[in-house]
This record gives sequence, structure tokens and C-alpha cells, in this order.
Amino acid sequence: MSAGKSNLIAGATGDWEVVIGLEVHAQISSEAKLFSGASTKFGAEPNTQVSLVDAAMPGMLPVINRECVKQAIRTGLALGAQINCYSVFDRKNYFYADLPQGYQISQFKQPIVGKGTITLDFLDGSTKEVGIERLHLEQDAGKSLHDQHPTMTYIDLNRSGVALMEIVSDPDMRSAEEAGAYLRKIRTIVRYIGSCDGNMEQGSMRADVNVSVRRPGEELGTRCEMKNINSIRFAQQAIEYEARRQIDILEDGGTIKQETRLYDSVLGETRTMRSKEEAHDYRYFPDPDLLPLEFEQSWVDELAAELPELPDDKKNRLMADLNLPSYDAGILVSEPEIATYYEVVAKGRDAKTAANWVITNLFAALNAQGKSITDSPVSPDQLGQLIDLITDDTISGRIAKDVFEVMIKTSDDPAKIVEEKGLKQITDTGAIEGMIDQIIADNPDQVTQYAGGENPKVIGWFVGQVMKASQGKANPGAVNKLLKEKLG
Amino acid sequence: MSVDKETVARIAHLARINVPEESLESIAGDLNNILAWVDQLSEVNTDDVEPMTSVVHARLRQREDVVNDGGKRDAVLKNAPETEHGFFAVPKVLE
Amino acid sequence: MTKLTDLSMADALAGLDNKDFTSVELTEAYVAAVEGGTSINAYTTQTPEKALEMAAAADASRAAGTAGPMAGIPLAIKDLYCTEGVLTTASSHILDGFTPAYESTVTSNLWRDGAVMLGKVSLDEFAMGSSNETSFYGAVENPWRAGDGKSRVPGGSSGGSAAAVAAHMAVAATGTDTGGSIRQPASFCGLVGIKPTYGRCSRWGVIAFASSLDQPGPITRSVKDAAIMLGSMAGYDAKDSTSIDTPVPDYAAALTGDIRGLKVGIPKEYRLDDAPAEILALWDQGVDWLKAAGAEIIDISLPHTKYALPTYYIVAPAEASSNLARYDGVKYGLRVPGDSLDSMYANTRAEGFGDEVTRRILIGTYVLSAGYYDAYYLKAQKLRTLIAQDFENAYASCDVILTPTAPSAAFGPGENADDPISMYLNDVFTVPASLAGVPGISIPAGLSGDGLPLGLQLLGKPFDEETVLRVAGVLEEAANFTAQPNNWWTGDKS
Ligand SMILES: [Mg+2]
Ligand SMILES: [Zn+2]
Repeated sequence: MSAGKSNLIAGATGDWEVVIGLEVHAQISSEAKLFSGASTKFGAEPNTQVSLVDAAMPGMLPVINRECVKQAIRTGLALGAQINCYSVFDRKNYFYADLPQGYQISQFKQPIVGKGTITLDFLDGSTKEVGIERLHLEQDAGKSLHDQHPTMTYIDLNRSGVALMEIVSDPDMRSAEEAGAYLRKIRTIVRYIGSCDGNMEQGSMRADVNVSVRRPGEELGTRCEMKNINSIRFAQQAIEYEARRQIDILEDGGTIKQETRLYDSVLGETRTMRSKEEAHDYRYFPDPDLLPLEFEQSWVDELAAELPELPDDKKNRLMADLNLPSYDAGILVSEPEIATYYEVVAKGRDAKTAANWVITNLFAALNAQGKSITDSPVSPDQLGQLIDLITDDTISGRIAKDVFEVMIKTSDDPAKIVEEKGLKQITDTGAIEGMIDQIIADNPDQVTQYAGGENPKVIGWFVGQVMKASQGKANPGAVNKLLKEKLG
Repeated sequence: MSVDKETVARIAHLARINVPEESLESIAGDLNNILAWVDQLSEVNTDDVEPMTSVVHARLRQREDVVNDGGKRDAVLKNAPETEHGFFAVPKVLE
Repeated sequence: MTKLTDLSMADALAGLDNKDFTSVELTEAYVAAVEGGTSINAYTTQTPEKALEMAAAADASRAAGTAGPMAGIPLAIKDLYCTEGVLTTASSHILDGFTPAYESTVTSNLWRDGAVMLGKVSLDEFAMGSSNETSFYGAVENPWRAGDGKSRVPGGSSGGSAAAVAAHMAVAATGTDTGGSIRQPASFCGLVGIKPTYGRCSRWGVIAFASSLDQPGPITRSVKDAAIMLGSMAGYDAKDSTSIDTPVPDYAAALTGDIRGLKVGIPKEYRLDDAPAEILALWDQGVDWLKAAGAEIIDISLPHTKYALPTYYIVAPAEASSNLARYDGVKYGLRVPGDSLDSMYANTRAEGFGDEVTRRILIGTYVLSAGYYDAYYLKAQKLRTLIAQDFENAYASCDVILTPTAPSAAFGPGENADDPISMYLNDVFTVPASLAGVPGISIPAGLSGDGLPLGLQLLGKPFDEETVLRVAGVLEEAANFTAQPNNWWTGDKS
């Protein structure tokens, strides 16, 4: 627990605590939609991935996609949550241009997944538990385009009916940092099990952020909700702004109005929605076109057994079995692709060396190229081979960095690069001795200094000279050993 | 429970049906008659009764995750009062 | 010689098989009858070219030996069924010009079996009504007129269907029944109408009124015709999550005429104090007929019967208020402009929906709204459980239940117009079975003092339409209802 950490915000009249709850909408990675056979692929021409069901044609009826049920169960299991073998689909009734049925099929009173817990990890190695209130299945809406025509809004129903998991947290977060860690953790989990691609830019994961402030220890304050935030950074900025705004109002003797606010990422501020905020009355009732959703516990057990290793388990294993520090392990498990990459590199090699290469060198190179690990020019096998070349003294660690730079550019195998560029380490003591003798002969002053013990670090200067003479290829161990012998 | 003009106006707005001011009173009367009549249900004790979810005694069937629909924009748009560039078009929505 | 349009479906099929006439000839006769009966106002859309094309195809299939069980039979389709390329209106202004790009499952089944479409017939707007007076396309007249010659309503909501069949403007028609909308118009028009078990016929492509109650079914001139047509309409449909995957029996084969030892329940709660004497007398007559045929008569109790109508008038409008939200002027049908999206919605829906539909949407919206859900909707769903249990308990001691279909014969236009509740009371005998999802049939059993048809209703166990039809066949034979409306409409063609 990060119990020692204080998240309080100082106001003019004392400290404030910000209370944050998050609703994450995660699009399920299914081929077809939740209640229709139309494709879920992103980026198609408008209204080309729309069935008559998605367009709410008269007389059309929903039939549920088993894959979506399965992914909701798997996600629930990954959140350590209660799976309800009996759940009910309700209609949430409201009018909006991109809601063709005039209602959204969702789950209200009896969701498919109940309470759970996830653990947040922070860079300092501390953790925090956050409660999951529920996860339910629901339909996504279509898309409204407001900026294509001066007097009209355009409606594209391609997204209409795509399956969403709405994951609702308890109001357990106390800072923008914690909210960010929560969102990252949810994204990591869904990506590990493959129930959602977690792509926030394409909108396949979006967050509704509920923020309120209070004096420490007091009752919850009135909250405001910022809907459909599509980046973790924006979510954090919205929280910072909103908390400060609410504190300012309260300190000026005002009250907070419960409302939905818009986060403007360009101006970095939240504001009341321009459209008149009206009292919502969704008139939920069980969808009479569907029966309750029922399945056997044995299916849940099967899915649980087939679940891949989850990030927390993987992290614990990397720490326990491979002795990695929590910081390294945390970074390596943050994305399933990184973990997979790392585990190939580390297999049969020194775990910490492998971790350093991935976290430091590889990430820096990828960052510089704006690439993700899945399109890394250096394969995990190649990175492993590079480490092997260091381990078996074919090259030094310093030369390895040069080889790696070439690998990033050419995607060539490290052995090939070492061979072609003649970078093999000089381990032949005779050759090194020759170089040392020459340097000693040419630099009597430094020899005297070393012998006089005035500056024992002068040995470093000699090492540098030998490495220079050998173009970095001399085995540093051999150089050190021989220098000490010669300089006596 | 009695429905007044304001309530009729509120539910008419929820239902997105324009009800002219002069009709509110008579609709309220109609609704009150019906509600008074259905109120006889309150004489039945239903404390231990499960609400019906479906008269069908079956399990919800789940279909396979196969794309077998869509790709019929013309059929989707053909009855629309107004379309533009493959979109449905509606009066501009201000957010 | 009998006119082709006077033949029952069974007789017409026999005649076609026997090459006495072709389907094209039969269809031409019906097309002419439809054209000659426009004063009844049953049809909203006529499709004579399509009908003749389908008839020719049916004749070809018969010649090729591949004819389906309804090959060549001209039907009227309730305008609540979506028909591909043919205007589909639900008799509502709000669906102006709507031409579906798809065909309902039930009509697809009928065309698969060779039936012929004469056109689409009128209904109460969105199937909400018991008199077919709320159609945007005008009231439909009952082909039957009272002894005084005055007009009568055909009942509803499948009033156009019943009027078309009674006037011999179709061999039979599809209907839909939510609270009695097949059985009551069948009773008012001297016809057979069966509402199958909920889940027996697919709802896919049938415009929804109240999803948990809506059920397609046929309106025909005989029990045998109902058996044949239901066999075609029924069946599992993967596109309807409430459709039941159970085989469709040969219903016609169930009409053995043998009901010896069968237990017929008589629910005491249906003996309403203020029911007309002729209705009660006919009911007693029905009991005697079944007794004479060897059935055992058992007194039963359906204790929550009196709560069925108020329960229905919460559940059905609640579902309707949500089902009808899709009619918003965006995707199809009427659009009345407004200066914002919301005003476009509100203008469109105000102009597009008639008074009764608006009334039910408002009631439904109210009973689902915050603070009222538990008191109304949840309460009604609990009553519905009790009503369904009543039937379950009753069927422990009987096989079918006999009741009147409606509390009166067909009434006159406008008679119940000023009081919605008096109109709703028409469904007092039909609604309980709808709430319980059990099958029910209405059979013409006699005439009122006014010379109007009166029906008896048989209710059965879930998915036991066979027994319902078998008992109905026995009643039909005993009643020997041969009366016909006089052909007033063919005289006053204008
Ligand atoms: Mg939300
Ligand atoms: Zn949601």
C-alpha cells in the first residue's frame, strides 16, 4: 500500500482530498457485433458495417454473440471478480442521433460480472488495491459527426451495436496518478487476455471520469462526470483541472452542481456541456426481446483454466524466480508484447542483463524511431544472440552497444555484424601485452605516477589507452589483469 | 398517484412527442383514469412473487462469432428521409 | 356452382391438386374480389401483379410435383409484417413510404410453401386497438352488419385481416395477437383465429408492439385451414431469441374429431356478472357440445383473472413505449422538420403517431419512469407470474379451457371511442392467455340476437396447439356455423 503517500491537495483554507471513480468502456475484440452479424472492424466506409438490426429497422431482433459473453467472463475472471451465471439485459431508454433503437441494450440490475479487485503498481514499487464494482455487457452507439456540414449532423452506424464491457470502479482513487495507474492496469489486463485491444486513440477503450472533492475524513462530495475521455493523459489532466475547479468553488463558499462536463484537451479545461443538461430518466427495464443470460459454472471454470498468465502473476514470477527488481518486473509485464519479448530474450540467459537490454537499450531505440515492440527491427532472438556474444567474450559490452545500433538499423544478426566489421574481442594475451608494452614505453610519466601511488586511478587511464589502441576490442578483463602485472 | 399537466409535459418530453399545451389537461385526465384503474393491482400481495422475465422457459441461445451481415448500405439508407455521402443526416446537434 | 372465392383453403388445395382450376384462376378471382370490396377498406396495399406472378409459380410447382403445402393459396398479410419491396405501414403515418429491404420470417415461410400474396391489410395503428378504428388509413368495416343494417367494427387489431377473410377477399390472412388481436376480430367476423404459444412463430420482421406478448398466427374460415396455415407459419427461427426450437407437428393430422375422455376446464372467474346473457348461453352451449362429444367437464379456477387486464395495460404500453422509440424521423418514414434534433423528433412523433398510440406511449413512459417502476411495471410483472401460475395449476387438472372469446358481438363504429378503458375491456377473456403465453383459438359458434357472429375460445397448454385444434374441430362441427355476411359491399362500388 502507498499508505505513506499523501495525495491531499492544499487549498487556501486547508487540505482537500479528491475522490475518483472510473467507468471504462472497453470494446470487445470480437469479429461480429454483440447482437448482430455485422463486422466490428475499425475504419470502414460509413454505414457499410451495419446490419438491419444495428439500424433498428422495424421488426429486427437481437441475438447474442457467444464470443462477447466469453470475453466478458474472461475479463471478469482476470479482474478477480464474481461471475454471475445468471444475468439480465435491460434497455436503457433515451433519444440520441446515434442511438437508432432509441434505447441501448445494457445490463442494469443484474450484470454478468460483480465485485472484484485490482492492484495498481507505482514506479516507486508501492501498490494500491482498487475495488471493481461491476462489469456489464452493452451495445456501443454509432458516431455523430458534427463538423461536416454547417446545419447538419452526419450519422455513421458502423460502431452501432459493437460489444462493450463497461467496467465500473469503486470511488477508490485519490489522485490523477492513481487514476492513470488504474487505466493502465485495466488496459494491461484486457490486452493480456485479448478481450480488448486497449487502443484508446481508436476509441476501443474510453473512460468516464467521476471526480469529487472533500475534506479528509468527511462524506463524499458532489461529483461531476467527464465522459468519453480517450487518453490516459487527458484523463489525468481532466482530474487535475476538475479537482482544482471544485476546490476553488467550495473555498469561495459555492456548491458543486452534479453534472456531466466536457473535457477540452486543447484548452486543458472542463466545461459544462452546451446542450441543455436535463434530468436523465433512462427507464431501464428487462429487454423483452431477450431471455436472461444463463450459463454453467463449468464453462466459467474452463475459461478460468485456459486464462493466460495475468500481469500480476507474471510480475511476481519474474521477481521470485528471476530475482528481478519490482521496478524492472513492473515495466516488463506492463504490455503482453513486452513480456513475451522479454521472456524470449531472457530464456537461458542472465535475467537482469536481459532486462537491462530490453528496458534501457531497446526501449530507447524504439522510442527514437517511434516504433512499438511489435515492430521492433531487432527480434528477441537477435537480442538474445547479442547477449550471448557478450557472455562468451566474443565482444565486450561496449562493442555490443555499437553492434546493437547497427542491428536496429539493418535488422542483421549480431554475429554477422561482428564478423563483417571485425569487432571480435581481442583475447589473445600476446597481442594485448604488445600494446601494453608500447604504451608503457611511450608514457613514462604516467608509469611513475602509478608506481608512486599518487593516483591509483591512473590505471583507468592505461585501460583507456589500451582500448583505444585496440579500437575497443581488447578484452577488458585481460587488459586489467595484464596492466596490473606489468605496472606491478 | 395523480398525474398533473407538468407530469404529462415531462413524460411527453421523455417520449419526444410534442404535446400542445391545450392538450395536456385532457391527456392528464386520460392517464389518471387508466392509472386509477390499474391501481387495483395494489390489492394483491406480491411480496414473495418473482417478477416474470419471460413466458418462454428456455435458455438464451448464443450465436457464433461470425461476420455474416453488413455490407448493405443501400438497404440501410434506402428509406432514410435525408442522407449525405453515405451518412444519415439530421439537424445539427450542438454539444 | 360455388364461387372459387367461397372455397375454404382445404377445399381450394384439393381443387388445385385435382386440376379443377389453377392458382392463377383462383388468384384472379380473389384479385377481382379485392377490387370489388374496397368499401370495406381492408387493404392498405394491393399487390395484384405480384399475386399473379406467385400464382403462376405455384401452378408451375404443382405441375412439377414440387408444390408446397400452401401452393397457390391467396392470402392477405397484416400490414405489421415486413414484406420485401412492398410498402409496410403498421397503419401508421409515421412509417410513410417505408418499404423494407427484408421479408419477415413468417411470410417467408408462407411463400416458401407456395402461398400467394394479395396485398397488405389494415390494422389498428401499431396493433393497438380492438376495433380497427385507429388506422391512419381509415377504419375498416366489418363485412357483417347487424340486423338493423348498421355498420359494425371488425374488431382489432387484426381487423383488416378478419374483414378480408370474412368478405372472401382472401382465403386466409396473417394476424398478430398481443392481447387478443387475432381471436377477438375472428370472433367479430365469424372466423377461426389462433394465437399459438408464445415462441411458436417467429417475431422476426413483424413490427413490434409489445415484444413479450406479440405472437403471429392465422385467421381462417375453418379449423382445418388454421391447422394448415399455422403449420406453414410456425417453426424455430435462430433470428428470434424468443423462438423455441421444437418440431412443428402436423396440425391437420391432429384433427381426429376424437376428444373422448379429454378434460375441459371451465374457469369460474370468466363468468362475469355483467356479461350479456347470449354470451353466457353460448358458453353453456359449448360445454354441452363438448360433453356430448365425450369430454369431461371440470370446474377450474384462474383466481387472478380480474387482474389480467390492468396488468396487460401496464406491461404492453411499457414495452411499446420503448419499441416505438425507433420511429424518430432519422432512418425511415415520416420526418417533420424542427430547428433542433429534439424538436425534429418531437414534431415527427407528434404528427406520426395517432391519439391511441400516443396515449399508450405516454402511459408506458410513465410506468417505467423513475419512482414509478416498482409500483407499476414491477408490480405488473409479478402479477403476470401469478397469472401464468394460475394456468399452470389449472392444467394440472385439465387439458384445455373453454371460455367466450369476447364479452360482446361486434359493436358499432365510435361506440367505445370516448373511453379507452371500455375499449380495453373487449380483451378481458383473451388477455390472460397472452400474459401466460399459452395458445388460444376462437371458433365461430353462433349468432347474437342482432345476427352477428359470436366466438368461443379454447386455451391450451404451452406448445399443445394440437389439442387446441382438435377440440376446436369438434366444436366447429357441433356448432355448424354456416351463416355468411350478406354481400352489401359488392353492391355499393363507386
Ligand atoms: Mg457511464
Ligand atoms: Zn456504458
